[in-house]
Amino acid sequence: MTDGITKSATGIEGFDDLTLGGLPTGRPTLVCGSAGCGKTLFASTFLFNGAKLYDEPGVFVTFEERPVDIIANVDSLGFDLQGLIDRSQIHIEHIAIDPSEVAEIGDYDLEALFLRLEFAVDQIGAKRIVLDTIESLFSAFSNPAILRAEIRRLFDWLKQKGLTAVITGERGDGSLTRQGLEEYVSDCVILLDHRVDNQISTRRLRIVKYRGTAHGTNEYPFLIDEDGFSVLPVSSLGLGHKVYEDRISTGVPDLDAMLTGGGFYRGSSILLTGVAGSGKSSLACMMADAACKRGERALYLSFEESEAQTVRNMKSIGTDLAKWLKLGQLRYIAARPTFYSLEMHLAMMLREINRFKPQLVVLDPISAFTGSADIAEVQTMLLRIVDYLKSNGITAVFTHLASVQQAETDAGLSSLMDGWILLLNREANGEFNRELYLLKARGISHSNQVREFVMSNSGIHLLEPYLGEDGALTGSARRNAEARARRAETERQAEVARVQDQVTQRRRRARAQIEALNAEIEAEEAELRRLVTAEEIYQQQSREKTAAVARGRGMNLSTGTRKQD
Amino acid sequence: MAEDSKEPVKLVLYVAGETPKSLAAIRNLEKICSEHLAGKYKVEVVDLKKQPQLAREHGIVAIPTLVKELPVPIRKIIGDLSDTQKVLVHLSVEE
Repeated sequence: MTDGITKSATGIEGFDDLTLGGLPTGRPTLVCGSAGCGKTLFASTFLFNGAKLYDEPGVFVTFEERPVDIIANVDSLGFDLQGLIDRSQIHIEHIAIDPSEVAEIGDYDLEALFLRLEFAVDQIGAKRIVLDTIESLFSAFSNPAILRAEIRRLFDWLKQKGLTAVITGERGDGSLTRQGLEEYVSDCVILLDHRVDNQISTRRLRIVKYRGTAHGTNEYPFLIDEDGFSVLPVSSLGLGHKVYEDRISTGVPDLDAMLTGGGFYRGSSILLTGVAGSGKSSLACMMADAACKRGERALYLSFEESEAQTVRNMKSIGTDLAKWLKLGQLRYIAARPTFYSLEMHLAMMLREINRFKPQLVVLDPISAFTGSADIAEVQTMLLRIVDYLKSNGITAVFTHLASVQQAETDAGLSSLMDGWILLLNREANGEFNRELYLLKARGISHSNQVREFVMSNSGIHLLEPYLGEDGALTGSARRNAEARARRAETERQAEVARVQDQVTQRRRRARAQIEALNAEIEAEEAELRRLVTAEEIYQQQSREKTAAVARGRGMNLSTGTRKQD
Repeated sequence: MAEDSKEPVKLVLYVAGETPKSLAAIRNLEKICSEHLAGKYKVEVVDLKKQPQLAREHGIVAIPTLVKELPVPIRKIIGDLSDTQKVLVHLSVEE
């Protein structure tokens, strides 16, 4: 502890993050747990990765299993132990003691064990060592006083040699190890646990003690599967995640239209709640499909339906998921909630997310968990998932089966969600109609309408609602109302046409009358003109007549001008 | 019984340096052999400090260890051989 502890990475997924670097270099670490909890695997992974990844050769001291068995056991996890042994990077020292062929007479010590270890360590220049499990010695030798002294000496020797050691120990009653090994190893103690609750087993890892360094203190779930040993520290997540400005389509153009600007923000958590058969999964699939269309990767975690079933069902609404699966853009993982415990599910999901690095994750449905575990635990798990996805900028789609039409989830997740789509299936006038309502969309102005949600072989459509005097209508009520409206419209149009006709006729009549009057006036004017002309002619004639009379009388009644004529 | 067998008793004593326990075991073994197995034994003393690979080869863990290699079955005795009677019983050789 003088100038901090240097650490040796184990290369175990997650564990090195948890311990901020790995196991203490040059010191012994005790890994304890009950039978079958993965102690030996932890130890062999530590050794294998040390030799393979960090160029630190290691000695595996086995007191129980034969070297061939150890090689065969890890071979199934893809560890080529034999290859490393051939290259002198790993040595397996088998210390087999058969108490039946050994008698103890007088005083002895385990110097030969030390010599063997020293020989093995020096032979390959080992930096790491595994003792699995040293407690076997207690059954091989009958004098515990000698053994305890020798084991203490062994640990001192390991430290003196500067070996990073992993010592495994069987869990005892009321103590970490059966033989109280923890009193010798005081630097780092790791407890592996394997519990069964409700017939579901969970593996958990806890760092009981790690002297001189900060470390996570919780119980962390870990996995042992075909990829080896992985620990998943998933609790220390804050709210300092990145915020995205770009929008992503939901795959349903009508829904995008309801969200002004087209779709949700990237990295949102979107909850789809609804009763059975309201189209939650289909909508979730559409979102996954849209992600794939954008050239992104989508991870679909299903807890109810199998891959083939979903692919078939989606085909019926015109979406081909098989294509994306083949291209590797969509990954579909189906597991019953009862397969694992919650932590294991969480661990599995996080690992898959880590590996596949999707831009969109679908969990369908989260309500499946509420049956298999305590609500509070489910909530914690989902909270972790939501946080994890958020902090990685992954869009999350959760579906939740609601037993009643309610704006609330059993898992109490609603406040965590950025977007919430409520899918309803309402009975009215003897028929059920699917409806969709955007309950919440943080930071996006959105429509407040309840839209009718129609799935057909051309995909999902949201119909414009019929907004009549009696409120918004759906289904056949909408169709009836629309028909009624159409009829009324036709009638109104006919009325208009009729009135228009009337007006036209009247206008025509009026015009005819105007024309007649005009003609009359014209006739009268013509008469008038005729009379005027006749009068003028009369006047003229009368003047000429008078003049002629005057001339005949020799009277010059006219003026001089007339004379000049 | 050992008298009937023609092959001699072959004993290997593994020690590690000249520790008090090792020296005591050598002393005790010499005494047992000369007193009880005169002329019928072959003893080899192996110092594992010098030849540690032999410890691996023969599966030796404790020091001192006495191995009766012949006649079969192989028997192992660990400790400083301070109890002569017990040693003889475990070696299945009698006078």
